Amino acid sequence: MIAAIEPSWYLILAALLFSVGAVGLLIRRNPLVMFMCIELMLNAANLTFVALAIKLGDINGQTAVFFVMVVAAAEVVVGLSIIVSILRRKPGATADDLAELKG
Amino acid sequence: MIDLVWLVPLFPLVGFLTILIGGRKLGEPKAGHVATTMVLLSFAAAVGIFFDLLSRNAVDRSEVVTLFSWVPVGDLKIDMAFLVDPLSSTMLLFVTGIGSLIHLYSVGYMHGDPKFSKFFLYLNLFVLSMTLLVLGSNLLVTFLGWEGVGTCSYFLISFWHTKDANASAGKKAFVTNRIGDFGVMLAMFLAFGAVGSIDYGVMNESALAGTLTQATATGIAALLFLGAVGKSAQLPLYVWLPDAMAGPTPVSALIHAATMVTAGVFLMVRINPVLGAAADWVPTLIAYTGAITALFAATIALAQNDIKKVLAYSTVSQLGYMFLAVGTGAYVAAIFHMITHAFFKALLFLGSGSVIHGMHDEQDMRKMGKLFTLMPITASTFIIGWLAIAGVPPFAGFWSKDEILLFALAESPVLYVIGIVTAILTAFYMTRQVVMTFFGEQRWGSLANAEEAAHLEASDADGDGAEATAESPAPVETHGAHGEFKPHESPPTMLFPLVVLAGLSVVGGIIQLPSLGIIPKGAQHKLLDWLHPIVEFGEGPEERGIGEAVIKGTWAYDNKTILIAIAVACALVGIAGAFAVYQKKMAKPFEPKLFADGWNYDNMIGWFMGNPGRRGFDGVAEFDTKVVDGAVNGVATLVRETANQVRKVQTGYLRQYAGVIGIGVVVLLGWFVVIRGIL
Repeated sequence: MIAAIEPSWYLILAALLFSVGAVGLLIRRNPLVMFMCIELMLNAANLTFVALAIKLGDINGQTAVFFVMVVAAAEVVVGLSIIVSILRRKPGATADDLAELKG
Repeated sequence: MIDLVWLVPLFPLVGFLTILIGGRKLGEPKAGHVATTMVLLSFAAAVGIFFDLLSRNAVDRSEVVTLFSWVPVGDLKIDMAFLVDPLSSTMLLFVTGIGSLIHLYSVGYMHGDPKFSKFFLYLNLFVLSMTLLVLGSNLLVTFLGWEGVGTCSYFLISFWHTKDANASAGKKAFVTNRIGDFGVMLAMFLAFGAVGSIDYGVMNESALAGTLTQATATGIAALLFLGAVGKSAQLPLYVWLPDAMAGPTPVSALIHAATMVTAGVFLMVRINPVLGAAADWVPTLIAYTGAITALFAATIALAQNDIKKVLAYSTVSQLGYMFLAVGTGAYVAAIFHMITHAFFKALLFLGSGSVIHGMHDEQDMRKMGKLFTLMPITASTFIIGWLAIAGVPPFAGFWSKDEILLFALAESPVLYVIGIVTAILTAFYMTRQVVMTFFGEQRWGSLANAEEAAHLEASDADGDGAEATAESPAPVETHGAHGEFKPHESPPTMLFPLVVLAGLSVVGGIIQLPSLGIIPKGAQHKLLDWLHPIVEFGEGPEERGIGEAVIKGTWAYDNKTILIAIAVACALVGIAGAFAVYQKKMAKPFEPKLFADGWNYDNMIGWFMGNPGRRGFDGVAEFDTKVVDGAVNGVATLVRETANQVRKVQTGYLRQYAGVIGIGVVVLLGWFVVIRGIL
């Protein structure tokens, strides 16, 4: 028998995804991977929105997700193009190599 | 005609602008002719104003002509306005009159100078400023002219600025004048603060009405006197005037003898009601400053060998007489002496310029002598000037000096004694100058010739032809070969002003003859009648024409004949003494080094400024670098060091930033959830 999927499970999944993203951001140096981690955290937040929208019966949560997705798409375009151009200039560069703005 | 008073400064302004734009094109002598014509037109306008005023009743002779509102700021409303009254009209007449004569003279004197048109540019600017100074109906317009003449004086003293001494003489004049100028500025602030206006009319009327407190009046009068001391070269600020002789001689005649230096006296007379309302020590201070300056400068003049330096110290001395007159309340006598002094001192300066010109830039009287036959017109006019300044009747200087001495005795015997001793000294040093220059033995023969040749050769060798011409406005053709040196008479453009001024020096006294039995009543005190509304506000019309009413009843007034006899005797004693020493060689000349060095006053200032003064300035500079700069730099260093430490936080490692953000989020959430209990 399959138990009904509780909204709280989604929240737990979102928390796990967010943690994976956060840890990945902190420990990986490849800019592309770090970018993917950020996306992971972003989508964890999206998942939280949807789960809570269902739990609270409020459509606003789902609406917000659409906005987030649109913004995220734009952000990916910009972010990826930056990363590509960085890697073109310095092949194999890690995030720690990009420390020109240090004080 | 009075409404057209703006024509008087307009003409020199037009001349100034014309030469400013086209001076180089006009060149010599057209620039000089333009400048002279403009000042002459200005003089014509001044004459027109004079006759317009003359045709009015005495009470209607004061009028303010407002051109435009100059400084309208809140309560302070200053108009560009001219005050036309007998005093400003008198000043205008002799400023533009003598000014045009000296312009004419300069056309001859500056012949061949490479900066010919620039000279007339400055000269016209000077006349413009001087007319503004005289005409101003408030302190600010006067101050505009006051600073203008100071600037022109600076330009013209250092006119031949390639020589170090000339440039520093200009600076000296400028800096010394600034000391006085700050007094004038403070006086303006004080007047505005006290009566809310800096108009002469308002100030004088409130002084007469008694609404001006004695303390304010004292402050205004004393501060303006400080300005006058600077401008009119009185002790202790006289030092710039003797050095100002570095300028071309017409400048010395116009600015440093006849007009600009009398501005201080004019200002004092202009505010005489305020002076009357001031505490008693102010007039006393003015009188003693004048008297002591007169005596002091006369002693220095005894031992000078530079023909122009003698006249410079003599000017300081005569200005002292004018302040003596102002201090004793003899305002008419001060103006009278100012006018006669302008005549004879301009004459003497122009005469000395003619001598210098004829001697090919020799200014040392020890290298002159026996010039009478070679320069008859210069010498005769110079002799007239000498008799006038020495106080020999009936020349102009006698009458004015006598009137000042009369008032001095009425005030205090001490002032009179100083005045009379100065008169003896004046007669003595002027006689010495005349004898050394025009009579005695010839001392310019081979000696001057050798030096002249050496000088010419030196400048030729330097290849510095421009400087040679700048130094010698004398026509080149008269130099001839190195072997022949002969002083020569000056060209007619230079002699004409001399003759006119000599004429004025002879008859100038008739404008203010004293009330003596032998002089017809109608001819007495013309100047007093004319200036009456300006200088004696309080008296009724029946008192007019008496003039000396203020000192009526004193011993001096009752014994005027005796005073005249004493004055004439003193003049003759001085002349005879100098004649005996310098012409007849009956005694060794008394010329102590102390006098020649000007009582070491200049050296003392130099020493003081060089030693304790220098140390003081160094101390101030030290304070500035250490304390003031230290504080400023300390703040900057503190900020920079702190920033250096703080900026290390920015490591540039992206992951570190992310970690810090993460920790920050956790901490904030912890704060809100656990401690604040939200959620």
